[in-house]
Amino acid sequence: MPDLGPHASFILAAYGVTLVAVTALVLAIVADDRHQRRLLAELELKGIRRRSAKSATDGAKPQAAIAKTSAKPRPARAKPGRRRS
Amino acid sequence: MPSLANPTRFLSIVDRVVPWLAALTMLLLAYGLYLALFVAPPDYQQGETVKIMFIHVPAAWLAMFGYTLIAVASLGTLIWRHPLADVAAKTAVPIGATFTFIALVTGSLWGKPMWGTYWVWDARLTSVLVLFLLYLGLLALWQSIEEPGRAGRAAAILALVGFINVPIIHFSVTWWNTLHQPASVFRTGGPTIDPSLLVPLLVMALGFTLLFVLLHLIAMRAEILRRRVHALQQIAVERAATAQA
Amino acid sequence: MTPALALLRRDIRLAWREGGAIGTALGFYLVVVAITPLGVGPDLNLLSRIAPGVLWVALLLASLLSADRILHNDYEDGALDVLANGPLPLTLVVALKSLAHWITTGVPLALLAPILGLLLNLPIEAFPLLVLAMLAGTPAVSFLAAIGASLTLGLRRSGVLLALLVLPLYVPVLIFGVATVSAATTGPASPWPPLLMLCALSLASIVLAPIAAAAALRNAMR
Repeated sequence: MPDLGPHASFILAAYGVTLVAVTALVLAIVADDRHQRRLLAELELKGIRRRSAKSATDGAKPQAAIAKTSAKPRPARAKPGRRRS
Repeated sequence: MPSLANPTRFLSIVDRVVPWLAALTMLLLAYGLYLALFVAPPDYQQGETVKIMFIHVPAAWLAMFGYTLIAVASLGTLIWRHPLADVAAKTAVPIGATFTFIALVTGSLWGKPMWGTYWVWDARLTSVLVLFLLYLGLLALWQSIEEPGRAGRAAAILALVGFINVPIIHFSVTWWNTLHQPASVFRTGGPTIDPSLLVPLLVMALGFTLLFVLLHLIAMRAEILRRRVHALQQIAVERAATAQA
Repeated sequence: MTPALALLRRDIRLAWREGGAIGTALGFYLVVVAITPLGVGPDLNLLSRIAPGVLWVALLLASLLSADRILHNDYEDGALDVLANGPLPLTLVVALKSLAHWITTGVPLALLAPILGLLLNLPIEAFPLLVLAMLAGTPAVSFLAAIGASLTLGLRRSGVLLALLVLPLYVPVLIFGVATVSAATTGPASPWPPLLMLCALSLASIVLAPIAAAAALRNAMR
């Protein structure tokens, strides 16, 4: 460490707070990212895929995709275990 | 940007970019820290405490940059209905707020050895404080509205209202400051910054900016995946319900 | 009578009838101004120096207290839906409701301020400027509050959230409002520059805030 002068504690405190804040931010974001990817992998293992993995809904807003899936056809049509790709 | 409007395409771009960007960011920040702590000379006025500037100024710049990004994304949500706009806006808020917080704290720690007090109501710090309050408002609003579509549009309106007000607030705070503080507010390193201080500052600024972009991309990916997970969980629930029916 | 005037009259009449809301805002104003010396000390010199600031801050808080009245009551009993589908454009509806709020809250608070200024030892010379400044600034306060009210429509804890969202926007109004009043005592030499800024802020808010508020309302009522 170079000589930081008479106010070294302030300089170290500033860098320290920044380090803590940035680390917390990075950890929070990366952890969330990993969590979502894990959840997605689990769901895909259970055979629940998006209705259209690479077709029309990709261009639509995410909300529209959610609205579509929650407006799914009534029980008469859906068969459990049926895969759609 | 049609290719970036497609969430899946966007995700694959992010997956490819993130590793390189992370490496570049770490290199730049490491180099910047080295320059800041070991190479930069003391300022003739402030001594070594000028080293705090290498964090404070980039953080303040990112506070503004972040809010501008949110404002542009909000335009995307309200006017162009870009599908990823509200994702961009939502994820930028915590990142921008963190850098604003860093700007405030480092500004305060910079002030104590300089002016003898931990807080000073000068135009710049006060404006950053108000900006922090605007970020907090956005956070609170995002958390309070459950339906993501409505939350995205409401937050977009609030962000734009705030963005329009920022210059007005800054102008009023500056004017108020001249009323109450005839003494000169100190300038960073004098009328012009010496190159030996400018280079570390720019490297740190660039490094932190890349860090912002990197974290933003990762957060956007996480948010897109979160929405997919949510949708799939709804399908799972419906399937379980119909299986029992 | 045109629909616009009818709406305005209705809102004003409802506000008066509800009496309690206006009374509460005025009461809150009084309470805040009254407890400040208890917190700060009875030194009259100090009080007279901080009087403009305290009066303005208390005004802002009291206005925010009553801000959800602009929209939430009508939202809850369905009247807002009727208004939204009625002959008047939603922007105009919000503007008229904000105007009603100003007439029934902003103006009374502004007129009452000098009396409270007595509590804080505000010099008498400052009284006309105080009323003038507040009359000039409270339109901005009401119209900006409408943005907050429409963003927080139907949400839990909307009152506190509304205050959090709107108070930063009030900073310019506060700064120029206090400066106008202080011109009579300590502050800048002339009250006209900050007073004109207050008028500019109010005019801009009257024109622009209803646009944002109406957009937020449409979003909230989908």
